[in-house]
Amino acid sequence: MERTSTGVPNEKMLMWTFIGSECMLFASLIATFLVYRDQSIVGPYEEELLNIPFITVTTFVLLMSSLMMVLALSAVQRGDPRGSRLFLLLTAILGLIFLGGQFYEFNHFVHEGLGLSRNLFAGTFYLTTGFHGAHVAVGVIWLLTLWTLALRGRLGPEKAVTVEVAGLYWHFVDVVWIVLFTVIYLMSGATGA
Amino acid sequence: MTTGGTYAGGIWSWITTVDHKRIGILYFVSSLVFFLVGGIEAMFIRLQLATPENTVLSAQAYNQLFTMHGVTMLLFAVMPMSAAFFNFIVPLQIGARDVAFPRLNAFSYWLFLFGALFLNSSFFLGGAPDVGWFAYANLTSSQFSPGHGVDFYILGLALAGAGSIVAALNFIVTIINLRAPGMTFMRLPLFTWMTFVVSFLIILAFPPFTISTVFLLFDRMFGTLFFEPAGGGDPRLWQHLFWIFGHPEVYILILPAFGIISDVIPTFSRKPLFGYPVVVYSGVLIAFLGFGVWAHHMFAVGLGPVATSAFSGLTMLIAIPTGVKIFNWIATMWGGALRFRSAMLFSIGLVAMFVIGGLSGVMHSSAPADLQQTDTYFVVAHFHYVLFGGSILGLFAGVYYWFPKVTGRFLNERLGAVHFWLMFLGLNLTFFPMHFAGLHGQPRRTFTYPAGLGFEGFNMVSTVGAVVTFLAVLVFLVNLVRSLRTAPTAEANPWEASTLEWSISSPPPPHNFDHTPEVTSRDPLWHDGIAPPPPGEEEFHMPNPSFWPLVVAGGLLLVMAGALVGLPLVLLGVAVTLVGIYGWSFEPIH
Ligand code: HEM
Ligand SMILES: [Cu+2]
Repeated sequence: MERTSTGVPNEKMLMWTFIGSECMLFASLIATFLVYRDQSIVGPYEEELLNIPFITVTTFVLLMSSLMMVLALSAVQRGDPRGSRLFLLLTAILGLIFLGGQFYEFNHFVHEGLGLSRNLFAGTFYLTTGFHGAHVAVGVIWLLTLWTLALRGRLGPEKAVTVEVAGLYWHFVDVVWIVLFTVIYLMSGATGA
Repeated sequence: MTTGGTYAGGIWSWITTVDHKRIGILYFVSSLVFFLVGGIEAMFIRLQLATPENTVLSAQAYNQLFTMHGVTMLLFAVMPMSAAFFNFIVPLQIGARDVAFPRLNAFSYWLFLFGALFLNSSFFLGGAPDVGWFAYANLTSSQFSPGHGVDFYILGLALAGAGSIVAALNFIVTIINLRAPGMTFMRLPLFTWMTFVVSFLIILAFPPFTISTVFLLFDRMFGTLFFEPAGGGDPRLWQHLFWIFGHPEVYILILPAFGIISDVIPTFSRKPLFGYPVVVYSGVLIAFLGFGVWAHHMFAVGLGPVATSAFSGLTMLIAIPTGVKIFNWIATMWGGALRFRSAMLFSIGLVAMFVIGGLSGVMHSSAPADLQQTDTYFVVAHFHYVLFGGSILGLFAGVYYWFPKVTGRFLNERLGAVHFWLMFLGLNLTFFPMHFAGLHGQPRRTFTYPAGLGFEGFNMVSTVGAVVTFLAVLVFLVNLVRSLRTAPTAEANPWEASTLEWSISSPPPPHNFDHTPEVTSRDPLWHDGIAPPPPGEEEFHMPNPSFWPLVVAGGLLLVMAGALVGLPLVLLGVAVTLVGIYGWSFEPIH
């Protein structure tokens, strides 16, 4: 590890700064979503479409993936190869399940007549959740890469910072989803299923 | 073991370089080229406006030229020239051997270059964007801008913007983490401080712009309704998102120049900067307030009295920390042993010109006054006083100041003075009359004007001034070429400056410092502020060259081109990018 002025590794500092920048990205998306809430002039409207119970389940899945990430990091730090492999894979799989849920949801909405250019809700909804989904997808690829390293025995405790940085990213993406879940779904006025 | 004693030669060594000094030189050369391109565009604009009802340019060509002039000057000339100095100087000023992420640094450069080339290629591929650098919706919709110009704008700036964000992330980490022992924050040279502040502005201001261009892209390509009134969308959304980026952007453009002259003025006054902490805090405060004033660009839109008053007041507030800095520079010179070298001339020029630009800024921060001034040449005069009189003069101060450090050679001081005085004369001739043309009602962004409205005289003087300015730039180029042919004679600290970059040879060796310096004062070279090095050789590794940054940036360029050409090219670009990222991640670093 190279000497740094603060003692914090450069990679970690980079991720924190990047997260700062990402906050502005999602803030712009969320602000737009809120400004355009209830501005659509043709249906289908959000309260007719959003399925809160279903998304609550996928939200739970994503939260659990954060827990797995914590366990994965601790396994790598301990130098526990079995745990590292297992929990990294579980994190990625839970992420994939979340993405599957999103795919199902998008697909369902399109069948209900909500094409991308249908109304303002469509544009803001697909782009905001889509940006988030893209972040999850990048995270899944990253995690699977780490997992293959672990399979080949190349993810010892000396790589803990790398895993920690991936974890920071993953937790951030989760936190963003909590905000999106609240803003898009819970505040939507949709009644439920 | 100590590696990296000398530089390898050849073009490949430049393409694969990850050395912050070489990347700095690449930035400088590219930004100079784009400065000339933007300058030539400006000459065409002035030629067209020299007389009423002129026909040098069609309205169509004129719109493309003023749009590309603005974008080029702001994003491909001033920002990358600032980045050239960030790269070359900041690691030296903080006592580091490179930036925190050398390959990421190369990557930023390639993104900027590809973005700039991509956007400029639109001239030959069906027409450049013609919607102004702020590209207001819904002029940019596919209905009103059916060509590809706007798409080039979106995609080119996506590349260049990503490059800026990546570079800024890198510099934040570098400045936080790579400071030499004893180099506390309150000992950082002002240029490094302003780099730090600007980097934060970049990472926070660019994302809203990115998002608004993504909305625009989706509106144009997939028929979404973000800026489409017929579908309930609101074009003002663009204005808000754009200026949330756009106003911090103007500080991104000026603060590096403020940093430069805050290092130059003490050197040539032989006095420490007056009120160092106040200069630092004003810089931070300017940046902070800069995020809360964006809607002063939108007074004419009609925001309602409360919002208008709030934005008006906040904008006026910004003048306070700015004014404080002006007084600090003057107080630094006061009673100093002044030496009027070229770098000093340009710095003093900045102080004088920025006062004029700042004052007109305060004038249109008052909303009722702005309603008269907005969209007239008065605003054009304002932002050229701050941008040309401020940023460009400051950057030239940096060029004359650091040239010996970068090349080991001096720029000719006589030619430097000629350059300065011609430029000073030229810019005032060009931009001062614009105040009056604007107050007489001449609208900006309009390709011609009728005779008899009283605009002729002002415009003719402006055009003459533009020619003088152009001559000044030619003098600079001659100076540059001549000096590069002289023998390198510069010693380590030719100006007897106080900061760390002057403690090592000119030009510096690839590894910068044989021993990481330990700093014990704010002006180390004036106060015996470097602790004696410990005996023995210090061990360090310099990073290896790498071509992966180029591959990844090239992949992203293909993605952008593919967005215009077709899906297969996009997929190819994605593949190249992924290969590049994996090659990069698994490349042995040492
Ligand atoms: C004392 C500080 C400043 C104040 C109070 C100020 C105020 C303003 C205001 C109110 C406008 C809007 C005018 C209009 O469109 O009607 C404006 C425009 C502009 N300002 Fe400033 N400004 C200041 C400093 C700067 C600096 C430092 C820069 C750049 C280095 C800058 C660059 C610009 C540009 C480029 C525009 C025109 C944007 C466009 O419409 O294309 N300003 N300024
Ligand atoms: Cu502004």
